[in-house]
Amino acid sequence: MIELVELSKRFGSLCAVDGLSLSIERGEVLGFLGPNGAGKSTTMKMITGFLPPTGGKATVCGFDVEQKTQEAQTCMGYLPEGAPLYPDMTPRGLLAFCAAARGLRGTARNSAIGQAVERTELASVVDQRIETLSKGFKRRVGLAQAILHDPPVLVLDEPTDGLDPNQKAQVRSLIREMSADKVVVLSTHILEEVEAVCTRATIIADGRLRFDGTPVELRQRSRFFSSIELHLKGNPEGASRALEGINGVDSVQSLESPEGHTAVRIFPRNKQALLPQVTALASERGWQVEHLFVDPGRLDDVFRVLTRKGSTEERGASSIPNTTSSEQSNDNPETVASKS
Amino acid sequence: MNGTLVVFRREFAAYFSTPLAYVFLAFFLVLTGIYQWAFMSFYNADQASLQALFGGLPWLFLALIPALGMRLWSEERHSGTIELLLTLPISVPQAVLGKFLAAWAFVGVALTLLCSEWATVAYLGEPDHGVIIASFLGAFLMAGGFLAFAALISSLTKNQVLAFVVTLVLLLVNLTVGFPGVADWLGSVLPATLHQVIKDSSFLVRFDAISRGVLDLRDVLFFLSAMALCLFANASVIDLRKGA
Repeated sequence: MIELVELSKRFGSLCAVDGLSLSIERGEVLGFLGPNGAGKSTTMKMITGFLPPTGGKATVCGFDVEQKTQEAQTCMGYLPEGAPLYPDMTPRGLLAFCAAARGLRGTARNSAIGQAVERTELASVVDQRIETLSKGFKRRVGLAQAILHDPPVLVLDEPTDGLDPNQKAQVRSLIREMSADKVVVLSTHILEEVEAVCTRATIIADGRLRFDGTPVELRQRSRFFSSIELHLKGNPEGASRALEGINGVDSVQSLESPEGHTAVRIFPRNKQALLPQVTALASERGWQVEHLFVDPGRLDDVFRVLTRKGSTEERGASSIPNTTSSEQSNDNPETVASKS
Repeated sequence: MNGTLVVFRREFAAYFSTPLAYVFLAFFLVLTGIYQWAFMSFYNADQASLQALFGGLPWLFLALIPALGMRLWSEERHSGTIELLLTLPISVPQAVLGKFLAAWAFVGVALTLLCSEWATVAYLGEPDHGVIIASFLGAFLMAGGFLAFAALISSLTKNQVLAFVVTLVLLLVNLTVGFPGVADWLGSVLPATLHQVIKDSSFLVRFDAISRGVLDLRDVLFFLSAMALCLFANASVIDLRKGA
């Protein structure tokens, strides 16, 4: 439904988006992740026909966005960054304006407005001037405007930015609810959001695609993925050495712990699961285990590694490195993921 | 077409959703009233005409129209709503035209209020209604020209104050070169052809001609083409510098 082919945007000498190619299908919720200035918003502006690309092209619902801008815009709903709205209008007035612009009339218009208001829970403020609304309500008015005509494609630039945790949860469930028969593209700074709502995660940095896969695959990129944190009472002798002796352990790192306690992190080779072996060893040696934790991987860690300048382009789960033990040296852990 | 109408309706309603419209209309009425009755001493002139009123209108428009036009695009840029507007299935020319027509219609409302002055002179004497109708039409056309220019300047900046000042200064220059004393002086220092071009493009000269009751098609076309030119430039600027 959305097809980006070598999409590029230059502002003078600055290359904001650099040859981005993506294909997004119905039912997918794609999350754009990336640092500020990575080109996420610019990409969305090109998808929605606000900015013309300087190279490549974007196709939405089969319409070339640059050639058939209005046709493409008809099948899209868009929440621009910061949810800009006309402050002197009421939500009802604004939605009526957008509905009219989208060619909705009479009862079709009224039911579309009613439904959007209901879905975004705006009923209590629908006749209040937008400038008097809280940030959360403004964001929801922006969302209501985007979903008004029940478009097959939704483009949401930071839909939960500035919302409180309850509102965030609400917007996320709204997105999930609507995503079944739609394409949703959203950008976010919040890594957890990708796991909460997205079926597909992409990381963009310096205008280039650095990662494209599922949120789970993204997490698996973390050097901490399936590593085991083990806290023991006392200081059993030779614990580290014993753990290193387990088949499949790559290395064991000592962690800071209070007096009379031992804490280690066990890194497996090839991200294999080591929990049975570790628990077996602990009971065999009679260690008093206080705390045992299998790390599901850390998104912020992956994010940092993938978005660092000079990181190479990597795509898809297929390219997850089968890291060898020598590469997973803990002296310089952040280099691991970028080496492949 | 639908896009133009939708934008027109929103913009026109927007004037009346803030105090701006009422302040503007009140200002307009008070200023024209003061000008007509006190400044130009209507009673002493002993003439049943609105000549004096329409003579002062270009200078009143000079202050009021830039104030009306400055927000057309600067505000959209400043608040980011331009992104909302132009990602709706509304084309840039439709948005440009809709906004302009709404502002122009608003000036039309203001001019309609001057019918009270018209009724007054009709009550007091026997004015030449043809001249007055021509003057109203001329004033409406001139306001359109001013507004289209204001919209163009507004499309160039996010800053409304800057848009106001630049529009005011450039329109002042345009009016001044058509002012009899200045026009004569320019005639003495500039080559004849250049002087003619400058004089012909002054809104003041064109408006004076119409408000004397001579509705020349050339003057009407002048205003219409000035509007078309400014609006075309306006649309091009928006197209080229949307994200700026």
